[in-house]
Amino acid sequence: MDLVESYAEDLRFARRPAARVLLGLLLAALAVFPWVAAEHLVFLATLIALYSIGVIGQNLLIGYTGQISFGQAGFLAIGAFAFGHLRIWGAPFALALLGAGALAAVAGVFVGFPSLRLKGPYLSIATLGFGVAVYQVFVNWEVLSGGRSGLAIASLQPMFGLSGTRWTYYVYVLLLTGFTLAAYNIVSSFIGRAFVAIRDSDIAAEVNGVSLTRYKLLAFAISSFYTGVHGALYAQILGHIEPQIFNVLESITLFVAVIIGGVASIEGSILGAVFVTLVPKVFANFREMVPVVYGVTILLVLIFEPLGLFGRWLKTRLYFQLWPFR
Amino acid sequence: MEALLEVRELSLRFGGITALSQIGLAVAEGETLAVIGPNGSGKTSLFNCITSIYRPTSGAISFRGEPLTRHSPDEVTRLGIARTFQNLRLFHNMSVLDNLMVGRHLHFRKNLLAAVLRLRGEETRHRRRCEEIVEFLNLEPVRKTRAGDCPYGVQKRVELGRALATEPRLLLLDEPVSGLTQEEKEEFAYWIHEIRGRFGITILLVEHDLRVASRLAGRMVALDHGVKIAEGTPAAVQRHPDVIKAYLGE
Repeated sequence: MDLVESYAEDLRFARRPAARVLLGLLLAALAVFPWVAAEHLVFLATLIALYSIGVIGQNLLIGYTGQISFGQAGFLAIGAFAFGHLRIWGAPFALALLGAGALAAVAGVFVGFPSLRLKGPYLSIATLGFGVAVYQVFVNWEVLSGGRSGLAIASLQPMFGLSGTRWTYYVYVLLLTGFTLAAYNIVSSFIGRAFVAIRDSDIAAEVNGVSLTRYKLLAFAISSFYTGVHGALYAQILGHIEPQIFNVLESITLFVAVIIGGVASIEGSILGAVFVTLVPKVFANFREMVPVVYGVTILLVLIFEPLGLFGRWLKTRLYFQLWPFR
Repeated sequence: MEALLEVRELSLRFGGITALSQIGLAVAEGETLAVIGPNGSGKTSLFNCITSIYRPTSGAISFRGEPLTRHSPDEVTRLGIARTFQNLRLFHNMSVLDNLMVGRHLHFRKNLLAAVLRLRGEETRHRRRCEEIVEFLNLEPVRKTRAGDCPYGVQKRVELGRALATEPRLLLLDEPVSGLTQEEKEEFAYWIHEIRGRFGITILLVEHDLRVASRLAGRMVALDHGVKIAEGTPAAVQRHPDVIKAYLGE
C-alpha cells in the first residue's frame, strides 16, 4: 500500500523507503569501490562516470525533447579545448570546468537555432554538419588546437592523501552524482514537462503556452552544457588532447549509448555509458569490430526492447514485485 | 455588445486553394457560438488562424481589442485563448495529471535554479488547481495513468481539462463530442454547459452533431467551401436554404 498524504510528498525524490535504501546501498558501494577493486577497474569506473554525464546530456536532448543531434562531438571538442586553454592559463579545475560547460552551452544555443525550423532527419543532418565543421576548425586552426603536439593538461592534484586514481574517481563520481540529481530535478520540473510536451506534440505544446523557441534552445543549452563538461573531464583524464579524438564516431557513440541505455531515462543513460565504455575494452583485440557490435546491438534493442537496458530493468523489477503471483 | 473575439474579412489561401475567404464573425463575452459546415468547409482552418498556427493571407483577428496576427501560438494562449483538437493531440507519454500541468505552464513563476534544486513550491500550488479540474471532469481514477493508455472518451476529457488549466477567457472546441457514445455525449454537453456557467468562459464550438450544437450554442455560423453562408439562431441557420444545399445538395 502506497499512501501519499500531500502534494509535496508526492513530488519528493526517492519517495519510497525501498528506493531510499537502494540508493544508500548504491552510494555506499560507489564509495567503497576504489578500496576493493584493482586500479585499472577504478580507472574504468572513472571513465564510465564521465561518459555518463555526456550521455545524460544527450538523452535530455534526444530522449526528452526529441531533437536528434549528431553533432555532440563538436560540443565535446569545444568543452575539452576550452577546458585545456583555461587550465593552461592557470584557472583552477572547478572554474575551468564551469567555463567549458558554459562555452559549450553557448555553442548549443547557436546550433539550436536550426531546430526551430528543422525537424527529424533534417535536423540530424544540420547538427552532423556542425560536428564535422567544429572538427575541421580544430584540425586546421593550430592556435585553438595547439598544433601537432596538441594541448597538455596538468593532472589533478590529489588531496586528503589519496592516490591520483582514487582522487580522480571520487571527484568524477561526485560530479556524476550532482549532474544526475540535477537532471532528475530538471526532468520532473516544468522544464522537463515542456521538453516532453515538445517531443510528444509540438503543436499542442505551443497551443498550451510552451514557447518552442525558448524551450528548444534551453534543451540544446542544457544538453551541450553536460556534453561540454563531459569533454572537459575527458580532457582532464587523458592529460593530452588533440582534435582527432573528437571525430564523428564520438557523436555516434553517444547516440548509441542513449538508444541502448534507454530513450528518455536517466538511469538508462548511465547503463548506456557503461555499455559503450565496456564494449571497446572487451573487444580490445578487435577494435575494428566495435562499430559492428554497436550496430547489431542497436538493431536487437530496437526490435526486442525499444526502451533499452532501462526497459529490461523495469520488466525485471515488475517480475519481482509481482512474484510469486504471475 | 462588446465583442471578445472579432474576425474581419479573413482569407487563407494555400497556393491555388482558398481555404477561407472573407470570413467575418464576432464572439461576444459569455456566449457560446457554434460553427457548422460540411467536411472541408474551413472550420478547423478558422481555428488554426485564430490560434496563430496558420498565418492568414489577409484580414484581421482581434481579441479583446488587440490584434492577434503577429503573435506566436504560445503568446495567443497567454492572452487567454485555449483550444482542443479534432484528432486529439495529447502528450501520450505523460500521465493525465502531467498533461494538465502542461496547461498550467504559462502561469508558473519560472525559476531555472529552483527547478534544478528541486524547490517545488510552485508545483504544489498549481497541482491544487489541476486537482480542481480533475475533480470537475471525473478524472480521479486515471490521474496517474499514461495519457496514451486511456480510452478515447477519457482522452477527450483530458484534452478539455488541459485547455481549462490554462484559464482561458475564450475556449475553442474542435468537435468535442465526435466519436463518443451517446452517454458520453450527454456528459460532455453537460460539462461544456457548466464551463460557461461555472468558469465564465466564452466558447467557440465546431461541431458536426447538430443536435448537441444547437442545444449548447446561442448562435450559429455556417461555413461552406471557406465562405460564410449563414448566421443566426440555431433553428434559423439549420433551415437556411444555402445550409441545406451545402449538406444535402440540390
